[in-house]
Amino acid sequence: MNIAWNSFTPLSALFGGLLIGLAAALFVLLNGRIAGISGVLGGLLRPKPGDIGWRAAFVLGLVVAPLVYGLFAAVPLPQIAADIPSLVIAGLMVGVGTRYGSGCTSGHGVCGISRLSPRSLVATGVFMSAGFITVFVLRHLFAI
Amino acid sequence: MNILFSGLAGLIFGLGLIVSGMADPAKVLGFLDLAGAWDPSLALVMAGAIAVGSIGFIIASKRKHSWLGLVMQLPSARHIDRRLLLGGALFGIGWGLAGFCPGPALVALGMGELKALIFVAAMLVGMGLFEVLERRRS
Repeated sequence: MNIAWNSFTPLSALFGGLLIGLAAALFVLLNGRIAGISGVLGGLLRPKPGDIGWRAAFVLGLVVAPLVYGLFAAVPLPQIAADIPSLVIAGLMVGVGTRYGSGCTSGHGVCGISRLSPRSLVATGVFMSAGFITVFVLRHLFAI
Repeated sequence: MNILFSGLAGLIFGLGLIVSGMADPAKVLGFLDLAGAWDPSLALVMAGAIAVGSIGFIIASKRKHSWLGLVMQLPSARHIDRRLLLGGALFGIGWGLAGFCPGPALVALGMGELKALIFVAAMLVGMGLFEVLERRRS
């Protein structure tokens, strides 16, 4: 294994992770819910009375985060290499997959592992492995 | 009140994604590329998040109501079934294809990235498709 020391950012990764954990902890302690983003977002498509406000607010918080960050420092812009057809296919797969599998990186990965949920440990192992294999196939077998 | 704190949790989550670099698909793909120049950052993001998150869930698991007096709604499902495995695999392939999972895509959308908008729109169509299929099943 060949570690990319020039792109590895251990301190900002750890600090950002602490913030994510803080958000998940506050959300369960105050709102009594799992901060699982696919579930929060997907639930908006199955609206129940009294259920829309908190979901929309959580999503809005995520979307405005760059604006708030921008008040203090320059927002690092993302590099999105995927072309439009790939983004559409990837988006569809992530949308269907996270709902069938009841969670994504936040719900299973962060919250589920924090709760030591066996389902989430398995789900995280599966989606991480699928991600590793997909990138291996694309980058090293097809050299995309 | 719960709507306000929900928005605050989303905001802190989003800030964490920006600070950690996870709102950038290039960084996420650098972690998923084990055979290339591997960037272990995502593992440290998870470690930091789980360290703080687990304290929250230990306290929460002993309570029937949240600090705001809402019913604790922690998942109780324990079975590992085909839906979990296939859904997880489908999500993982899509994640590896573009480097986006739902949270970072929403944050990148807030950065005004057109490509993030395309991904989020397709993701919502996928989630809508799931709802239609579920309704047909029941």
